[in-house]
Amino acid sequence: MSFYGLVDGTDASLKSYLGNLSGVDQVGAEARAAMLATRSIKTTSKRWAIDTAITMVDLTTLEGADTPGKVKALCTKAVRPDPTDASVPSVGAVCVYNDMVKVARTHLDLIGGQHVPVAAVSTAFPSGRASMPVKIQDTQDAIDAGAAEIDMVIDRGAFLAGSYIDVFNEIVQIREVCGNKAHLKVIFETGELVTYDNVRKASFLAMAAGADFIKTSTGKVAPAATPPVVLVMLEAVRDFYEMTQVRIGVKPAGGIRNTKDAIKQLVLVNETVGPDWLNPKLFRIGASALLNDLLMQRMKMDDGYYTSPQYVTMD
Amino acid sequence: MTFEYAPAPESRAIVTIKPKYGHFIGGKFVPGGKHFPTINPATEEVLSQIALAGKADVDAAVKAARKAYTNTWSKMSGKERGKYLYRIARIMQERAREFAVLETLDNGKPIRESRDTDIPLAAAHFFYHAGWADKLEYAGLGTSPKPLGVAGQIIPWNFPLLMLAWKVAPALAAGNTVVLKPAESTPLTALLFAEVCQQAELPAGVVNIVTGDGTTGALIVNHPGIDKIAFTGSTEVGKIIARAVAPTNKSVTLELGGKAANIVFDDAPIDETVEGIVNGIFFNQGHVCCAGSRLLLQENIAEEVLHKLKNRMEKICVGDPMDKNTDVGAINSKEQLAKIIELAAVGDSEGAERWSPACNLPSKGFWFAPTIFTGVTQAHRIAREEIFGPVLSVLTFRTPQEAIEKANNTPFGLSAGIWSEKGSRTLWASQQLRAGVIWANTFNKFDPTSPFGGYKESGWGREGGRHGLAAYLKGVGHE
Repeated sequence: MSFYGLVDGTDASLKSYLGNLSGVDQVGAEARAAMLATRSIKTTSKRWAIDTAITMVDLTTLEGADTPGKVKALCTKAVRPDPTDASVPSVGAVCVYNDMVKVARTHLDLIGGQHVPVAAVSTAFPSGRASMPVKIQDTQDAIDAGAAEIDMVIDRGAFLAGSYIDVFNEIVQIREVCGNKAHLKVIFETGELVTYDNVRKASFLAMAAGADFIKTSTGKVAPAATPPVVLVMLEAVRDFYEMTQVRIGVKPAGGIRNTKDAIKQLVLVNETVGPDWLNPKLFRIGASALLNDLLMQRMKMDDGYYTSPQYVTMD
Repeated sequence: MTFEYAPAPESRAIVTIKPKYGHFIGGKFVPGGKHFPTINPATEEVLSQIALAGKADVDAAVKAARKAYTNTWSKMSGKERGKYLYRIARIMQERAREFAVLETLDNGKPIRESRDTDIPLAAAHFFYHAGWADKLEYAGLGTSPKPLGVAGQIIPWNFPLLMLAWKVAPALAAGNTVVLKPAESTPLTALLFAEVCQQAELPAGVVNIVTGDGTTGALIVNHPGIDKIAFTGSTEVGKIIARAVAPTNKSVTLELGGKAANIVFDDAPIDETVEGIVNGIFFNQGHVCCAGSRLLLQENIAEEVLHKLKNRMEKICVGDPMDKNTDVGAINSKEQLAKIIELAAVGDSEGAERWSPACNLPSKGFWFAPTIFTGVTQAHRIAREEIFGPVLSVLTFRTPQEAIEKANNTPFGLSAGIWSEKGSRTLWASQQLRAGVIWANTFNKFDPTSPFGGYKESGWGREGGRHGLAAYLKGVGHE
C-alpha cells in the first residue's frame, strides 16, 4: 500500500498529515450550506436532478426484522422503481446486512437486475464494536456472498480517543479484504464525531487509507447527513483530488427523505466538487423513503398534479 | 453530465409602480414639479418618473417636520412612539416580498440578497429601535435625554431601504422627525415606505420624503430649519457637508467610504475564508462601503488561497437580478460602471494582474464581471482608492505586524476582517486595527444592536446599537 505517498503507515506520518489540515469554521460552513440551500431548481433542471438522484440512491433496508421476502421486494423496486414507467432508471445499489447479501444478489440476477450492485454494511455495523478478526470475517462473508460494495463503519471510540493510527489500520485491513472485488465505503457516523474539524480529519484519514467512498452516517444516529457535513466532506474530496488526482466518492446517508433534500445535495456537489461528481460512481445517497418522493415528484412533473401515495409502490 | 440551473425568475407582479411620483410631505403625496427617470439598471428600462425637489418642496417638508415635531411627536410618550415603530416593522415584514422585488428592480441587486438581507434587516432595525423608544432614560445617556428636532437624512443607492431604516428608526425612536432624501437612482422603496407610514397611521409630518439629486441634498444640508444632518455616501460629498455645517449648530453624522483590509493569516480556515473573501467583495456587486476590497494574504498561503478563490469565483452566477439563483447582479448606474471601468484600467496600467472568471454578461444594462487584481502593492491606486464595485485588490504580507501596518496604511477606517483559527492572534489584531467594525472569521455581517461607523475619512459617529441612539439625542454623543 502506498497511501498515495501521503502517509508511510507510521503513527508519526499520519499525525503530521492530519495535523497539516486547515480547520473548519463552524459558522462559515453552516452559512455556506444554508446559502446553497436557497438555489431554486426548476423545470428542466429539476427533471434532470430527479432522474440523476434516482440513479444515486442506495436503496436500503437495515432492520432486525428484515426477511428474504422484504429484501426481494426491495430488489424488485431497485431495478424498476416505477413499474408503470420504463423510463425511470434503476437505483445505484441495494444496501443490506451481510446475511441478506446472497438473497439480494440472487434475486437481482433473477429479475434482470445484474447491473444493480449489492452493498453490505460491515465491520460490526452500526457500532463498530467488535474485534478486528470479527470485522474481517464480517467483510469476507459479505464479499463471498456477492457484495460488490462494502459499507464499513470506523471505530469512533478510537477516533475520539486520538488513536488515529488504529482507525487508519482498520480501514487499510478492510481495504485489503475488499481487494478488487468490492468498492469500499467508509462510514464516519458524523453525528458521533460531532465537529466539522473531526469530519474533515476523518475524511482525509479514510481517503489516504484507501476508501473509494466516504459516507456520513449509518442512519441509526441523528444528526446524520446534514448539508454542512456533506459540504465539508465534498471539500475534502475536492482537495484530495488536487493532491492525488484520485476521485473519491461521497455518500450522504440518513435524514434525506424528500426530493428537495436530495436536490440540495446535488447542488452542494455541483458547486463544491463540480459536475464530474454528479454520477453514481462518485455520489450516492443512502435512503429508503426518498425514492418514493422522487417518483411522486417525477409523476407530478409529467402530469401536473401530485398523485396519491397509493400510486407508488410501498416496497 | 452538467447541472445547469434553469431560469428561476421571481415574479414582479406583486409590485405596482406608478408612472410618476411626487414627494411625501405632511403625510400626503404631493405632486412634484420637474421629473427625472429612475431606471432598472439590469435592463435600462425606465421604471418611473421621479420628482426633483426644489427649494419650495424642501421648505414644505421641513415645515411639516417641524410642525409634527413641536405639536405631536416630541410630546408623545416613548411607549406610544414605540407602538408606531413596531407597527411599521410588522408592515415591512408583511410586505417584504413587495419591498424585495421593488428594491431589486430599482437597484439591480440580486433578489436573493434583497429578500434574505436588505428587507429582513431593515425590519429588524425598526423592531430594535421600537424597543428603545420607551427606555431612553436607561440607555446610559443621561437621566432625561431629549430629541434634537428635525433630522435631515440623505441616503445612498447601495442599500436603499436598509439605509433608510438605519436613519429613520433611531431618529423616530428618539423623538425626532425627519426629512429624508433617497438616492437619485433608487428612490422607489423609500416611496413605498411612505405608503407604509400611511398604512401605519404615523402622524402626518413625522416622516417626510423628498426625492431629487445632489441639489436637493444641498438644500437639506443648508436648510436653517434642520437640527441634524445624517449622511451616508462618498467621502467627497461628506467633506462638503462637514464644511457646510461647520459654522452652524447642526449635529452631524457621516458614514462615508472605505477600503477595508481583509487579512488572512496562515492558520485560517481556508474554505470558509474563501467564502468570506467572496462575500466581502462581491456581495451587492461590491457596492458596499465596508466591502473587503483589499485582500491581505500571508505570503506562505497566498498561492493556495488564490487558487481556491479563482475556483470559487468560477461558480458565481452573474446575471438577471430577478433570478433567484443570481449571486451578482447589475452595477447600479452607468456613471458607477464608468468609474469602475476607469479604476480597473488604472490597475492594468499600473502593472497589476487582472483576472475574471468566464461570464456571459447580458447585452443590455450595466455589468462588470467579478474581478481580482493580484500583484498589488500599497503604492497602487487600486489599493488606496475606493472602487465601489466587484473588484478585489490582492496584496501579501510576511508577518502579523506587517499585515497590521498595511491594513492601517489608508485614509479610511470603516471595517476590517481577520481570518485565523488562533483566538489570541485575532484579539491582538483587532486591537491594532484602526477601523470601526472588525469581523473575525466572517465579513459583511450586520445587526441593529451593533454600532457601525468609521475612523478617519470613513466618517463621524455611529449608527446602530446604543451608540447610534446617542447621535439623535441632546447632550450626548457627537455634537
